[in-house]
Amino acid sequence: MTTVAVKPATMAQALTRALRDAMAADPSVHVMGEDVGTLGGVFRVTDGLAKEFGEDRCTDTPLAEAGILGTAVGMAMYGLRPVVEMQFDAFAYPSFEQLISHVARMRNRTRGKMPLPITIRVPYGGGIGGVEHHSDSSEAYYMATPGLHVVTPATVPDAYGLLRAAIASDDPVVFLEPKRLYWSKDAWNPDDPQTVEPIGRAVVRRSGRSATLITYGPSVPVCLEAAEAARAEGWDLEVVDLRSLVPFDDETVCASVRRTGRAVVVHESGGFGGPGGEIAARVTERCFHHLEAPVLRVAGFDIPYPPPMLERHHLPGVDRILDAVARLQWEAES
Amino acid sequence: MTVMEQRGAYRPSPPPAWQPRTDPTPLLPDAAPYRVLGTEAAAKADPELLRRLYAQLVRGRRYNAQATALTKQGRLAVYPSSTGQEACEVAAALALADRDWLFPSYRDTLAAVVRGVDPVEALTLLRGDWHTGYDPYAHRVAPLCTPLATQLPHAVGLAHAARLKGDDVVALAIVGDGGTSEGDFHEALNFAAVWQAPVVFLVQNNGFAISVPLAKQTAAPSLAHKAVGYGMPGRLVDGNDAAAVHEVLTDAVQHARVGGGPTLVEAVTYRVEAHTNADDDKRYRADSEVDAWRDHDPIALMERELTERGWLDEAGVRAAREDAEALAADLRARLNQDPELDPMDLFAHVYAQPMPQLREQRAQLRAELEAGQEGEPR
Repeated sequence: MTTVAVKPATMAQALTRALRDAMAADPSVHVMGEDVGTLGGVFRVTDGLAKEFGEDRCTDTPLAEAGILGTAVGMAMYGLRPVVEMQFDAFAYPSFEQLISHVARMRNRTRGKMPLPITIRVPYGGGIGGVEHHSDSSEAYYMATPGLHVVTPATVPDAYGLLRAAIASDDPVVFLEPKRLYWSKDAWNPDDPQTVEPIGRAVVRRSGRSATLITYGPSVPVCLEAAEAARAEGWDLEVVDLRSLVPFDDETVCASVRRTGRAVVVHESGGFGGPGGEIAARVTERCFHHLEAPVLRVAGFDIPYPPPMLERHHLPGVDRILDAVARLQWEAES
Repeated sequence: MTVMEQRGAYRPSPPPAWQPRTDPTPLLPDAAPYRVLGTEAAAKADPELLRRLYAQLVRGRRYNAQATALTKQGRLAVYPSSTGQEACEVAAALALADRDWLFPSYRDTLAAVVRGVDPVEALTLLRGDWHTGYDPYAHRVAPLCTPLATQLPHAVGLAHAARLKGDDVVALAIVGDGGTSEGDFHEALNFAAVWQAPVVFLVQNNGFAISVPLAKQTAAPSLAHKAVGYGMPGRLVDGNDAAAVHEVLTDAVQHARVGGGPTLVEAVTYRVEAHTNADDDKRYRADSEVDAWRDHDPIALMERELTERGWLDEAGVRAAREDAEALAADLRARLNQDPELDPMDLFAHVYAQPMPQLREQRAQLRAELEAGQEGEPR
């Protein structure tokens, strides 16, 4: 058995590697979007792809998101496998008609004759000091649209594995990339990338017995930090990283909640009409008799995403998570 | 050289120099719609082609009438008729080669039928079913598109993909005058021109977007002029002159096929019927306006030309009408049968692999059905 040197790599590097490997493995994979070619994307995720595979495979498009996704639909109709980059979460909104009326339902309305294997990469979430329209958490819109997969990695290996799976999927996948984790590092060997992760499986990032933090994407590291801090309070928190919002892994989530009896859902997206409401309902419907307390949510406030100078008050942080944990009716146990 | 490198390279000029990137003059449409029928150009037309167009026009008119009748009998949920616009529908379908693709809007089932799609399958959505009926790959006709102009970027993407693969395939997309106000129209034309994609955009300017006349839709000199802003040629054609539409579209398809890039064609026609059977056009236009267009009917124009030139005899007319009646009879017979619907199908194709929650919901519906409830769900 040989030992491979495992060096730290960033999530952005893992994403680049996933795109590159997918393009090398399958000539039908085409990357397209604003600034993805010569520049390599504003986050440099497509760095080097145009040089290596040519402009036909990694294309700078005109600046028009509906056109980008709409032409990707036509390319997929002709047998290509487009990987579309939306430059920022809020800039994806012009493409919603194409997404909702065509991408999400073409397989269904053609009875499986015309699947659209399109991956839509969307940098999302806050915490990077972005000005207005650069920090939205738009996942609830995508989750509410039947026909889409919605996936978001929280670790460097998952970024690689899930993006490969998304591109390989015969269904459209909205691949949400947590902006503030682009430069996060994990031990990951790019010369020996992890196997492709199946879409739809959550993972327990930290085992614990007291309560379950159910979270995803940019909030995973925050929850892990909160779990460490909670030890001082005597709580042993479990952290479940959903990785995939659609399909939703009820099995892993509910197994955890049944073990711990308490749950808090944590995300940056607003609470009202946000993913946490659906998750809390699913957990309650399935685990009611195992619950010692109502499922709580720690979410962004129901306000337009605040300016960078104030965003720290908006984003769920360790203290807010611990406050929620404290409200899980522990007195019932004593 | 790759496909993308073939585009005209644009680099900002050093200050203060400025040059127009392309000369707009050749892109400009003619001052008046191009016509063949009733002009000298008709003498040079291929009689066989005109007879073929004529037969399809007659068939198309009968198809429209039958489909409208079927809405009144409750056999179609809705029908947006292309009566009066058959020249555009027929010419669009016949201008394409087998390997090419047609991207219809909801008013363009006739074009799909002319291209070979089974009329019952073409009308599946309008019948009120949940799917688009025909296999889009069988005749290379994209699924019927309802959200306006959103099929245009699909046509661009497909044509671009074909070119990337080295196939000389052309996509022709049909849109209405109202659709030209949509953002997707703009984005599709822009992408097509930047990529020099082999696409033809056919705008059927039938005068109305439901009730809104063209004057409230655009201030452009003509819809064909919009092409110039994207750097592609605009062509203006009489949309009731099937020979002219066919010629202009055939030229545009050929231009696209040999790498000349996209063309925007505005066909000036008129929506003789209301928007759909559910619309009341008396609220927004006078009968006299509709009547004025009857003299310029696509079938009458073609029949007159063919007859005057001695290219069509009684037998030809009769054959066309019999063929049209056969189509109508077949449509009636098959659409008067109740469709076989399985509610379970609603879950079958949402995803490649069924989602866990869809499996649960499917089981719920099956249980409801198996509970043997009589009649409709309460």
